[in-house]
Amino acid sequence: MQASSHIPHDVSYLDYKGKHKGLLAWILSTDHKRIALLYMFSMMTLFLVGVLLGLAMKLELIAPGKTIMGAQDYNAVFTVHGVIMIFMIVVPGLPAVFGNFLLPIMIGAKDVAFPKLNLFSWYVYIAGAILVIISVLFGDGSPDTGWTFYAPYSFKTGTNMLPAIFGAFVLGFSSILTGLNFIVTIHRLRAPGMSWTKMPLFPWTIYGTAWIQLLATPVVGITLVLVSLERIFGIGVFDPALGGDPILYQHLFWIYSHPAVYIMILPAMGAISEVIPTFSQKHIFGYKAIVASTLAIAFVGYFVWGHHMFTSGMSGTAQYTFSILTFLVAIPSAIKVFNWISTMYKGSISLETPFYWAASFIFVFMIGGLSGLVLGALATDVYVHDTAFVVAHFHFIVFGGVGFAFFAAIHYWFPKMFGRMYDTTWANVGWIVFFIGFLALYSPMFYLGLQGMPRRYYDYLEQFHAANILSTLGSWVMTFGLAIVLINLFRSAKSGPIAGANPWNGKTLEWTVPSPPPVENFEEIPVYGEKDGPYEY
Amino acid sequence: MSTVTKTTNIAHDHDHGHHDQSEIKSFGFWVYLMTDLILFSTFFATFAVIGKNYAGGPGAKELFELPFLFIETMLLLVSSVTFGFAMIAMKQGKKQQMLSLLVVTGLLGAGFLGMELYEFVHMIGEGAGPDRSGFLSAFFTLVGFHGLHVTFGIVWLTVMFIQIVKMGFTTGVQSRLERLSLFWHFLDIVWVGVFTFVYLFGLI
Repeated sequence: MQASSHIPHDVSYLDYKGKHKGLLAWILSTDHKRIALLYMFSMMTLFLVGVLLGLAMKLELIAPGKTIMGAQDYNAVFTVHGVIMIFMIVVPGLPAVFGNFLLPIMIGAKDVAFPKLNLFSWYVYIAGAILVIISVLFGDGSPDTGWTFYAPYSFKTGTNMLPAIFGAFVLGFSSILTGLNFIVTIHRLRAPGMSWTKMPLFPWTIYGTAWIQLLATPVVGITLVLVSLERIFGIGVFDPALGGDPILYQHLFWIYSHPAVYIMILPAMGAISEVIPTFSQKHIFGYKAIVASTLAIAFVGYFVWGHHMFTSGMSGTAQYTFSILTFLVAIPSAIKVFNWISTMYKGSISLETPFYWAASFIFVFMIGGLSGLVLGALATDVYVHDTAFVVAHFHFIVFGGVGFAFFAAIHYWFPKMFGRMYDTTWANVGWIVFFIGFLALYSPMFYLGLQGMPRRYYDYLEQFHAANILSTLGSWVMTFGLAIVLINLFRSAKSGPIAGANPWNGKTLEWTVPSPPPVENFEEIPVYGEKDGPYEY
Repeated sequence: MSTVTKTTNIAHDHDHGHHDQSEIKSFGFWVYLMTDLILFSTFFATFAVIGKNYAGGPGAKELFELPFLFIETMLLLVSSVTFGFAMIAMKQGKKQQMLSLLVVTGLLGAGFLGMELYEFVHMIGEGAGPDRSGFLSAFFTLVGFHGLHVTFGIVWLTVMFIQIVKMGFTTGVQSRLERLSLFWHFLDIVWVGVFTFVYLFGLI
């Protein structure tokens, strides 16, 4: 924290004229709010690429046989779709955008603990993204292993895997550095008097996520380095011919990649835990239960990775253990759902756009979560493993959960971030179109999976045709809804009506500062008294 | 937020700026070491799983020689001790003593690294390179990763040496030296793990 008395407090972070001008004022800024927007725009661009690839897949599946692409192209498309969406959007998404923008303000700090490291993390993120793009555009064909990079195929295939694998490794580093920054920020920079039990819930979930980023991501980092070394130097950690073990790859991969699901979903739950009390104008029900369940999810989430590998070969004891632990992790998730519903109960609910997104989040998250139990149970998992059912499940969680929470968050904090309000009518229309399209797109996949349609196939049997047509139509409707949402937001960021500091009557600290916030957030660092709390209505 | 009434002055905050900042960095560095430990533990786990898969190639008993390893290990352990004395000298403000102890530490580290490289070259020359078997892949990646850390530590140490000469014991230099010392001891502890699990268990 540099000496900063010369920065005026009546100039917003958007209007502030620093040393640099134009684009440089953004890509050289260490202001957490500008970095958040850098992440947001880079992610939005990559997200649209991912959406286009998803549309291409659904278009291919509109009819049996080859429609617009063959098997190899389809493999490449679902691989790149997965790598972009997982490693560049949903894993870093909420922490990097909303964590960066809001965490310091919500805990009463002027910035994160290490602002330069924060900017550096964004550059690392961009470097990783560029590496992945290189692997798609150059070399002998786009990566075709699926986003999981399973060995031995990932080091045997002739496609241009190396930049993609290394890119995922680099993106992991960005994630680790962000997590480190947030942990130190939360430990050391909370406003005077803001004890742990007075911290709002979104920072709490960022805290849980940061620990997972820090302690799980290194595992996949090393694993991806090992695969890279297999491709470059022919070492044999995962190569059975040399005494290596491909199953070891799966273990190491999922030791990270399952907790990664909680990296994604915890901040989503945090954002929902902010939206629900504000639009119910009521104290959050069971604050401590939500905090405890956040930490429980982060902790238990480490010990469930084996449920991705029930059919890969593991002992019966291991299978039972992983299955039971998987059921355990559902409990804290369910606690949160009960808390949200109880918060709404007898609250004075105002039906604004963020609330619609949050309520639909709860709906799709529950479907996603319950279908997860079908997959966590041994007997049923063996039946639906690697079918469209799995695809439906994780799109309900990862897109339905994280995506809906992201849109709830952007509609909730948009007036704070840009100082302007969006057109609520169009925002609601966008939401309902998106929601209907989402259900039409992914629900048929549950049915298809139960009927035995495998995932990652560009072709299918005639009997799956009708459900696939519905799914493809759903993808168009959802994209249309997405377009309405995004165009509305883009237009409003420039020309919407002035929002004011606290349009929703929120009670957390970010609503006490002007919209958009000044460079150093607070003119005077707030102090929490004995009886202050984050949700006092 | 009507309930938040009391305020504190930002200027007041700045009085504590320097002291707080080095404490925050030190805390951040501990957190970083936790991440680094997970990086190492992934290599250890890999070695635990495939460390006995020789694929018909040479095993630990044919490749490792205890006296050589003992000297190598002692170099690193003693370097940790000299670094400890260097930090004591820094606390007492004895610049010359600090600098010479840092040189000794750096030379011991370089000696360790030289012996490790010699071992690697020797093994690869005998046809026991990392592409020979799962055991050797796990060995070279784990030990090599530690070696990379020591290399980085020596570079950092050199930078700090120059900074002490040019800037003296400023608050910033002292705080960086404290973190370097954490890093150096950390590498020492990891090496004890490597020595035990890779070499000693292999030779039993």
